[in-house]
Amino acid sequence: MTAFKNTFRDLLRYPTAICGSLIIIFLLGVAVYALVTIPYSEAVRLWRGGEEVWYQNPKYAPPAWFNFFLAKKDPVSFLVNTTDGGMTKVTTPSSDPEISTEEIGYSFDFTYDSPPQEMILYFDTKYAEKIPFASVRWITPDGRTIRIVDTQIEHKTAYRFSQDARLQKRLKTEDVMQALFTDPNSSTGAVLKGQYQLVITGTTFEKDSDVNVQFVFHGDLFGLAGTDKYRRDLLLPLLYGTPIALAFGLLAALGTSLLTMVIAAIGTWYGGWIDELIQRVTEVNLVLPFLAILIMVGTFYSRSIWLILGVTILLSIFSGQIETYRAIFLQSKESSYIEAARAYGSSNLRIIFQYLIPRMIPLLIPALVSSIPSFVFLEASLAVLGLGDPVLPTWGKVIENAFADGALYQGRYYWVLEPAVLLMITGLGFAMLGFALDRIFNPRLRDI
Amino acid sequence: MSTEALDASAPSSPIVKKSLGNSTFARVAKYTAIRLVTLMITVTIGVYLTILIANMGGYVDTIMRNEIRDNTTQSILANPNFRNLSPEAKQELIQKKIASEEKRLGLDQPFAVRSMRYLTNALTLNLGRAIHMTSDHGSKEVRLILLERLPATLLLTGSSELILFFGSVFLALTLSRKYGSFWDKLTIAFSPTSAAPPWFYGIFFILIFAAVLRILPFGGLVDSPPPDNTFDYGLNILKHLILPAMSVIVSSIFLSIYNWRTFFLIYSSEDYVEMAKAKGLPPRAVERRYILRPTMPTIITNFALLVITLWTGFTITETVFLWPGLGITLYRAIGFYDTPVIVGGTIIYAYLLAITVFLLDFVYALVDPRVKVGSGSSQ
Repeated sequence: MTAFKNTFRDLLRYPTAICGSLIIIFLLGVAVYALVTIPYSEAVRLWRGGEEVWYQNPKYAPPAWFNFFLAKKDPVSFLVNTTDGGMTKVTTPSSDPEISTEEIGYSFDFTYDSPPQEMILYFDTKYAEKIPFASVRWITPDGRTIRIVDTQIEHKTAYRFSQDARLQKRLKTEDVMQALFTDPNSSTGAVLKGQYQLVITGTTFEKDSDVNVQFVFHGDLFGLAGTDKYRRDLLLPLLYGTPIALAFGLLAALGTSLLTMVIAAIGTWYGGWIDELIQRVTEVNLVLPFLAILIMVGTFYSRSIWLILGVTILLSIFSGQIETYRAIFLQSKESSYIEAARAYGSSNLRIIFQYLIPRMIPLLIPALVSSIPSFVFLEASLAVLGLGDPVLPTWGKVIENAFADGALYQGRYYWVLEPAVLLMITGLGFAMLGFALDRIFNPRLRDI
Repeated sequence: MSTEALDASAPSSPIVKKSLGNSTFARVAKYTAIRLVTLMITVTIGVYLTILIANMGGYVDTIMRNEIRDNTTQSILANPNFRNLSPEAKQELIQKKIASEEKRLGLDQPFAVRSMRYLTNALTLNLGRAIHMTSDHGSKEVRLILLERLPATLLLTGSSELILFFGSVFLALTLSRKYGSFWDKLTIAFSPTSAAPPWFYGIFFILIFAAVLRILPFGGLVDSPPPDNTFDYGLNILKHLILPAMSVIVSSIFLSIYNWRTFFLIYSSEDYVEMAKAKGLPPRAVERRYILRPTMPTIITNFALLVITLWTGFTITETVFLWPGLGITLYRAIGFYDTPVIVGGTIIYAYLLAITVFLLDFVYALVDPRVKVGSGSSQ
């Protein structure tokens, strides 16, 4: 316990260690948050769901905070609903009990410098026979009221403002968004800023009939992380990629270094053919192309991240590290405390697991922490090669999608940079901590 | 060991020297032979394991069967002697031929026997034909597809690793001289950046130099269309080489400088270095004879490990930069599920690694006077 305390105190002396630990704690926090707020099935659904899950988002939208850096502010996407109270809805019954009017409204401040890409109304109506009727009006900040559409609303209808030919005709332009958001008196066609209002008056002709609307506003920017080619919110893979990357890195590093150490200990303790065999296997493993085998396993068998993790560990156990451990075990095998243990008749396994290995823990910890980034990057590398887990949203997967779509060529830097920066932060965090730990446990390095 | 002592004590005796020279040659030859045989065995086992992995899904069998079916069908359809046969008769003929061909190739034999045949085919680089991919000259031979890509891979690995190796040794020596200076501290601060692989830096370099500044190409080996004369062609390749090579170098240079600087510092605090300094030797001589010499074996080992990791890591860097090397071929092969190319690529990697390991043994003996080729293995 005191040793632990001392290590901790030593750690505080290194700014890199503090910085690295803070990064790791932050990442762990994000991982826990992601796992708690987004259940696994929900994450997979949102990532793989298809158009009907992603339709509400704009395509290729950079994150909303881009506006901080832009001189001309781009509109940010949003969506509102009558069902959750995001849009006001007032129902007025008329003298006829069958007929009632529903006044649905939404007003919002528009302070951006360009009109949005598109506005869509998703109607969801309930009726038995008589189809409800709705008229949509658009009220601009300068008080003009523009008639958008008057139509019958069948069960589920989507109405896209800019694809309505009649509206285009009425506004005398093909660019509906431009017409709805600019000042007609301005010669430059500047966007009119202020409070816009959307008013939908629905009339239902049955007792239990009801109209619900979802108003989707596709701006140029979206949310905290933006969207990709398929309109997916990138926040999901960025959040959910954290626990996956951490789990893969930690498990692979832990599995590899522990097993390497146990195998090296067993080899040196028993010696003879076991030791010889381990050395031969190490040599063969050196010749085996690590990445190519992983690629083959991914191509032929399964791309499940857990299988890849297992194979990674299996291929990394017999590495050059085993030789380093062997050299040290050979020395400590001759120490007097091992001699003493042998003299009082302790079993081989007891000596290996209670005396040989625990002495190596100080050496193991820095190596373990420092090897985590390489495994985190390995997982991303495989995803970049197209061998990522098919269902899981991961950072590497986002980079792969972006590359496949030529994001860098087309200037969609946010798409590549967001996961790349997260990967870099993760790598740096563990590398910095491992670096400091190495100096603490390796006194020879301390003064240098 | 004893012969060397003799050599040192009796340098004037020419007869002893001559016989010694012969025995050294014999020893080196014997050592080389043993090393080659062990490496061959290692490669063989490695390749056999690869075949086992690739065959478990029955893929190699499928490749062979497909190849036979294609060949027989084509040869019969193309043969004018069979043109007058009815389609049914042709089909029957094809089936019969396929069956006899499968028997000839031993596909009716158990896997244990067959796997040996696959092994010999793979080891002799008789890799069969690709399913979908073709080489730039239009050949479907896997061997040609892969050999065509080898120069590009070697250009990238060779250039970047040589710069990396000599650059870091040189910089590390300079830094160890100015221990504790600003640059020294900066290098230490930057060494954790080596946690990221080359392709990762590649993304940032493409972003900065290709997408934003537009001064270097996004990727590829040469412009399209390529320049006419050889000089411009070479320059063009160099221009395309800058970014991928830079990614490889940047991704490991800080850590390797740090590691080697640390080694140099540890060795420069040894007593014999102090002694040399006290003798009044110039700093350069101290550095060369008393610091660099004893650290060389460690540096070489590090270098070997670096070479091996970089060779495997290049697949992704090449993919990101569209560099037409072995790595990207492998990547495309995955996209096409072109198993013969994947297995072939694996075997080339195994060979490259074995050659590296073999050569390193000799380089090691050249730099470290304590290691003599052949004497180490007998102890």
